[in-house]
Amino acid sequence: MITAISILLFLTGVFFFFTATIGLLRMPDFYCRMQATGKGDTLGAFLTVTGLALYNLHHGFTLAAVLVSLKIMFIAIFLFVANPTATHAIAKAGLDCEFEPWTKDGGSK
Amino acid sequence: MENFFIGAGLALGFLTLLCLYRAIYGPTVLDRIISISVIGTKTTVILLLMGFIYGRADMFIDIALAYALLNFLATISAAKFFRTRKSLVPGHKYFKEREVKE
Repeated sequence: MITAISILLFLTGVFFFFTATIGLLRMPDFYCRMQATGKGDTLGAFLTVTGLALYNLHHGFTLAAVLVSLKIMFIAIFLFVANPTATHAIAKAGLDCEFEPWTKDGGSK
Repeated sequence: MENFFIGAGLALGFLTLLCLYRAIYGPTVLDRIISISVIGTKTTVILLLMGFIYGRADMFIDIALAYALLNFLATISAAKFFRTRKSLVPGHKYFKEREVKE
């Protein structure tokens, strides 16, 4: 049962990684690429790492396994906080350099 | 279950190769920074998968944690550096165009 739930979480996370990669390759501007990767990558990392932490408990809830799972969940929570922060810093760098966002008719603003 | 982990690791590696295209041919420097950040996040997950494949998850978790911290620091410092340098497109003289615009 735990194995089935962890496989489901992991496959959902791989799907979000896939959408983030497609957005990174196909979007026209780097602001658009950032909004594809900043969300898809964060959710994908959280789901995959949570799935691995659940799979670590499939032998039983011993003390060592629970501690290892807590450590894996710490990685997940750290990625969930750090990834949007890094994306925000890159967007701030682009705005401070006055890099103009892409519009549909190619005009400015 | 081990075969599932190996297949998932190969899929994530293939996605990493696709991200590497944007890191090489990206028109601006910020595209490359975003791409390297995405590759680092995928590498953290791949390191955890390697721990489960080899059966030494308790050892590979520390490596993955250190890699996540280093990736975050590298992205933040690169963004901060290019924020003050103001040369996003390589070979593009930014300061001259800015004088014309003002």
